[in-house]
Amino acid sequence: MLTYVLRRLLLALPVLFGVSLLSFSLLHFVPGDPVDVMLGDQATVADKAALRHDLGLDRPFGEQLASFYTGLFHLDLGRSLVSKRPVIDDIAARVPATFELTLVAMAIALLIGIPLGVLAAVYRHGIFERLSLAYGLIGMSTPGFWLGPMLILFFAIKLDWLPVSERGGFEHVVLPALTLAFGLSAILAQVTRASMIEVVKEDYINVARAKGSSPARLWFKHALANAMMPIITIIGLQFGALLTGTVIVETVFDWPGIGTLLFQAIQSRNYPLVQGCVLFIAFTYVAVNLITDLAYAAANPKVRLG
Amino acid sequence: MKPKLLIGGALVGSMILLAVGADVFSLQNPTAMDLASRYAGPSAEHLFGLDQNGADVFSQVAHGAQISLRVAFTVVFISALIGLVVGSIAGFLGGWIDQLIMRFLDMFYAFPGFLLALSLVAVLGPSVGNLIFAMCITGWTGYARLVRGEVLHLRQREYVIGALAIGATPLRLIVRHIWPNLLGLLVVQMTFGMSGTIITESGLSFLGLGAPPTVPTWGALLNSGRRILVEAPHVSLFPGIAILLLVLGFNLVGDSLRDWLNPRG
Repeated sequence: MLTYVLRRLLLALPVLFGVSLLSFSLLHFVPGDPVDVMLGDQATVADKAALRHDLGLDRPFGEQLASFYTGLFHLDLGRSLVSKRPVIDDIAARVPATFELTLVAMAIALLIGIPLGVLAAVYRHGIFERLSLAYGLIGMSTPGFWLGPMLILFFAIKLDWLPVSERGGFEHVVLPALTLAFGLSAILAQVTRASMIEVVKEDYINVARAKGSSPARLWFKHALANAMMPIITIIGLQFGALLTGTVIVETVFDWPGIGTLLFQAIQSRNYPLVQGCVLFIAFTYVAVNLITDLAYAAANPKVRLG
Repeated sequence: MKPKLLIGGALVGSMILLAVGADVFSLQNPTAMDLASRYAGPSAEHLFGLDQNGADVFSQVAHGAQISLRVAFTVVFISALIGLVVGSIAGFLGGWIDQLIMRFLDMFYAFPGFLLALSLVAVLGPSVGNLIFAMCITGWTGYARLVRGEVLHLRQREYVIGALAIGATPLRLIVRHIWPNLLGLLVVQMTFGMSGTIITESGLSFLGLGAPPTVPTWGALLNSGRRILVEAPHVSLFPGIAILLLVLGFNLVGDSLRDWLNPRG
C-alpha cells in the first residue's frame, strides 16, 4: 500500500505543475498590457510602474515563472489589488462557506442518487427504473443558474418557507445546496443503476440468494458494496464540476464563498486574486481525486498491486 | 423509430427552426423597448411577456437560440476536428509522441473545464469570438482522448494490418480505414458535446462573461430575470425552459444514438 501511495503522490506532482502553469499563464492571455487593464485609464505612469514591479511583470519571463513557483511553495500567491491583503488570506476567509455548501450538496446528491439508482436496479423495467432514467435526463439538462432562481421564486418568495440568500443557519444552505446537488444526484442515479445491474449478474449474488439472504441484505450488503467502485470514481470526478458549479450557485444565492470571490475578482480585474482562486479550485480538485484514488486502492487490492 | 430519438429530434429540430426563423417569428425587435408596459406578463401579443425594459421576451429567446446553437455547433465542430487529428496522431504513432500528447491532456484533465473556460474568457474579455476560443481550448481534449483510445484499438484489427501489408500509406490507413470506424462514436460524443457547450455558454453569459451585453443570449436574459423575480418571473421562466428543452433534446438524441451503436450497453 505504501508503494502505491508514494507512486500516486509522485504522479500527482507533474499534474500539479501543469495545473499551476496553466493558472500562471492566464495573466499572459490578457490582450495588451495587463497593467493597463487592471488599473484603467486614470492611472498615472508611476502607479503603473509600481504595479508592474509588484507583479514582477518588468522581469524576464523565466524569472517571473521561478518567482511564481517560489511563492507557491511558501503559500504566497501575491496580494489582492482591492483588499491589499495577501490573496491566500482572502481565500482562506471564504473556504468554510464553500466547504459547507459543497459538503451539504454532496450529501444531498448521495442521499437522492444512490437510493434511486438501487431502486431502479432492483425493480428493473418497472416504475422506479423509468423514474430514475427520467430524473437522470432532466437532472443533467437543467442549468443551475435557472434552477436556483426558480427555487427562490417558489420556496422563498411564493411559499416563504426558506430564506432567499446569504449564509446563516441550516435553512440558508438548503436552496443553494439543492441547486448544486441536482445535476450530480442525476449522474449518481444513472451510474448506481448501471453498476448495480452489472453486479447482480455475478455468480456470488446467486450464491447469496441461494443461501437465503434477505433481499435487503442481498441488495445492500452484497450488491451495492460491490457496485461502489464506479460510483466512487464518479464522485471524485464530479467533485470538480461541483466546485466550479459554486461560481454560479454562489452568485445566484449571494453565498460568501470562493465562487463569489472569484466572480468579484474577475469583475474588478483583480488578476492576482483571480489566479489565486483558480489555483485553489484546481488544486483542491487534484487533491480530491488523489484521495479518491487512495480510498479506491485501500478498498481494492487489485488496484494497488496492478 | 425509438420514442427517445423522436422526442429528442423534435426538440432539437423545433429549436433550430426557432433559431433560423428568429427574425420571421419575432414580430418585435428584441431590443425594441416599450417602457410603459414593462414587466407585462405573457399575452397574445407578447407570448412570453415583456422584460424590465419593455422588450419582448419571446424575440429575445428566439435570438438567444440562434446564438446558442451557432456557438455550440462551431465549438463542437472545431473541438472534434482538433481532437480527431491529435488523437489519431497519438494513437497511431504511439511512442514518445503519444506520451507527450497524453501528459499534455492529463494537465487539462486535472483542470475543471468550466473553470478554465471561465478564467480564459475573464482575461480575454467578453466577445463571441473569445467565448468560442475558450470553449474550444477546453473542449478538444475529450475528443482527443476518445479518438486516441479507438485508434489504438482499431489499428490492431486484421483489416488495418492487412491494408498496411499491401502497402497503404499511414495517411490512407487513417483516413480510409480507421476514421470511418470511429465516426459513430465521435458523433455520439459530439451530440453530448452540444449539450455541455450550450450549458457552459449560457452559464458564462449568465455571469456576464460570454457574449457582450448587447447580444441577447439566454444567459444574459436569465441574469436580468433573476433581479426581477418578483415583478416578472416570466423573464426567468421561459429562457430557462428553452435551455432545458434544447439540452434535453441533444441528450435524448445522444442517448439513442449510443444505444443504437452499442445495443448491449
